[in-house]
Amino acid sequence: MDFLNALVVLANFVFIPAFAYGSQLALGALGVTLIYGILRFSNFAHGDTMAIGTMFTILVTWGLQALGVSFGPLPTALLAIPFGIVLTALLVLGTDRLVYRFYREQKAKPVILVIVSMGVMFIYNGLTRLIIGPGDQNFADGERFLVSARDFKAMTGLDEGLALKSTQAITVVVAILVVALLFWFLNHTRTGKSMRAYSDNEDLALLSGINPERVVMVTWIIVAALAVVAGTLYGLDKSFKPFTYFQILLPIFASAIVGGLGSPIGAIAGGFIIAFSEVGITYAWKKVLEYMLPESLEPSGLVQLMSTDYKFAVSFVILIIVLLFRPTGLFKGKSV
Amino acid sequence: MRTLALFALIAALILGTGFVQSWNSALIILNMGLVSAIMALGVNLQWGLAGLFNVGVMGFVALGGLAVVLTSVAPVPEAWEAGGWRVAAAIVLALAAIAVAVLAWKRLPRKTRGWAVAAIAVVGFFVYRALLDPAVSAIEAVDPAATGFLGGLGLPVLLAWPVGGLLAAGVAWVIGKTALGLRSDYLAIATLGIAEIILAVLKNEDWLTRGVKNVIGLPRPVPYEIDLQGDPGFVETAAGLGLDPTTASTIYVKLGYSVLFAVVLVALLVLAQLALNSPWGRMMRAVRDNEEAAEAMGKDVTARHLQIFILGSALCGIAGAMMTTLDGQLTPSSYQPLRYTFLIWVMVIVGGSGNNLGAVLGGFLIWFLWVQVEPMGQWLMGAITAGMADGSALKAHLLGSVQHMRLLTMGVILLLVLRFAPRGLLPER
Repeated sequence: MDFLNALVVLANFVFIPAFAYGSQLALGALGVTLIYGILRFSNFAHGDTMAIGTMFTILVTWGLQALGVSFGPLPTALLAIPFGIVLTALLVLGTDRLVYRFYREQKAKPVILVIVSMGVMFIYNGLTRLIIGPGDQNFADGERFLVSARDFKAMTGLDEGLALKSTQAITVVVAILVVALLFWFLNHTRTGKSMRAYSDNEDLALLSGINPERVVMVTWIIVAALAVVAGTLYGLDKSFKPFTYFQILLPIFASAIVGGLGSPIGAIAGGFIIAFSEVGITYAWKKVLEYMLPESLEPSGLVQLMSTDYKFAVSFVILIIVLLFRPTGLFKGKSV
Repeated sequence: MRTLALFALIAALILGTGFVQSWNSALIILNMGLVSAIMALGVNLQWGLAGLFNVGVMGFVALGGLAVVLTSVAPVPEAWEAGGWRVAAAIVLALAAIAVAVLAWKRLPRKTRGWAVAAIAVVGFFVYRALLDPAVSAIEAVDPAATGFLGGLGLPVLLAWPVGGLLAAGVAWVIGKTALGLRSDYLAIATLGIAEIILAVLKNEDWLTRGVKNVIGLPRPVPYEIDLQGDPGFVETAAGLGLDPTTASTIYVKLGYSVLFAVVLVALLVLAQLALNSPWGRMMRAVRDNEEAAEAMGKDVTARHLQIFILGSALCGIAGAMMTTLDGQLTPSSYQPLRYTFLIWVMVIVGGSGNNLGAVLGGFLIWFLWVQVEPMGQWLMGAITAGMADGSALKAHLLGSVQHMRLLTMGVILLLVLRFAPRGLLPER
């Protein structure tokens, strides 16, 4: 019984939250890694692209709610995501036309593009704050729990409850669908294959008649879709605040680099590695150990390796370790 | 010629503020402009001279702030008694563990060294926490409303400026050792991360910085307004100039800061210029422009990068210490990456990377705009919304969000400069 209780506590406080967070990070890191693979720069504006995309989704959600549309037990925001994707795709395509394309034609050094993306970051950030404000926005509606802690206790007779928030379940399901779709697209469609060819070897791809502007356009659309989905899921699961979307840039980059920049599979693996380490290291293990250990060995403290305020340090340390010992990431990424 | 004209423009802008708004706001802009110029000088040293991409400026600036607390605040003897020495022991132990781990990695045979290092790290971490945690709670229990931290050394506050530089240089050494020599983007991500970590430490380690409770009332290198107002000689002089004592005292204090800051800026600028034109400066530019060629000529590229990364970060640390001295308080929650990292980058790019005077110019100009965009935006929004009905939600929203115009404006400026004048206002010669 104690063992089961320990497992439930572990699932409730570590496994489920980390899995949901990892899915969100993986989606974000996929966006970063695609930009890196095709356009060949680290996009600092990605966090704010997520923020602005989520903002579009929230605005549409509010509109739908005002019209009385609802999605039954699911959050209305899911209905609004396609609109958010279209708006964000238009925005990033416009940005590409106005800003990035010039440097692409100049064949500017990647680091110049990184600085350019800093400018874009400022603009997106300013726009988001200008339109929706810097405060917290809660836009989750529908059923809150799939399984609530009380139901779970009644069902199993255990001392510990297991709560599964519907947003967590949705996050995981949507993330799996999106990733499956993305991989199918990259591996089985003509456009997807030309994207991979372009990422592998630009000159060869150009020689075989691939239109680079089309590849870039498709990439931006996919990245916009990934950013909106990742941002909306994160916002549903936690809450929407522009500044947290800027901060999430660090774990997202860490995920992409740990997995190997330019490698989609690596981005997903990196997302989960970062999420599980972050949650595992900042979780207070006291309760789990109390169930697992005999009474004499029970810990007196919280057995928390690091306080939650240092969660950024976790992704950072993992990043540094990988960079020192395997600079191309776990799944061989690019190193330009 | 162009340099002179642009600096004259800055002077005109600041003087204009003095005439139109008030001399106090003009001096506030001037003082922070001086500090920003030093930060921009530091970033320019790294980016302009060596092509290093440091986006952790905020962290080094915050370290400068920490230096002010550690140097100038009076020590808290009760806290030291409660656990100060235990904290010191814990830190020494942590450093020793790291040193032993590094040594083990270098000395032990390949097969066993991974396990050995892991074991040293895990054991070291737990012993460190066992030593640190009780000491920290003991310190934080000492009169938490007023102190609850170890305090500093109680030295003169001016000493904190070089100390801030040293502290930043030390941290830069550690980062440089690990992240330099990798790709340029990786250094960017690493510095971005370290800045967040430094800030997390400042916010959460109450025994060191009081965390979000802030350290207020830091000592000042200039007299207090209230003392000046009580000084009959000063009041008389002020009256002689036709000023009331309150305004005169605030202006006097701010001018004092301006003079101190200007001295530091000029000294650093002269040093930076000498360095730029020395054989060392030429070597750095050669390394920046073609690493392979420089390496073939026998230059140690990684060591040179490390050197300049440390120097540039030290400048940011000095500027950070000066800023905290000016504020008179350390408020860890006020450090924002957009303001303290990316804005400095805008300064360097707009001013002209690779040109020290350009960086200084960018520091003043962008700081001026950062401050003045808000009133301008207010006016603009007022003009836009003038036709709208009073009390409409849109009007209220537009007027309320004027402050966010700043970020937008900075982004637009950065993109415009990068596109149409990629070498900045004062290009590198």
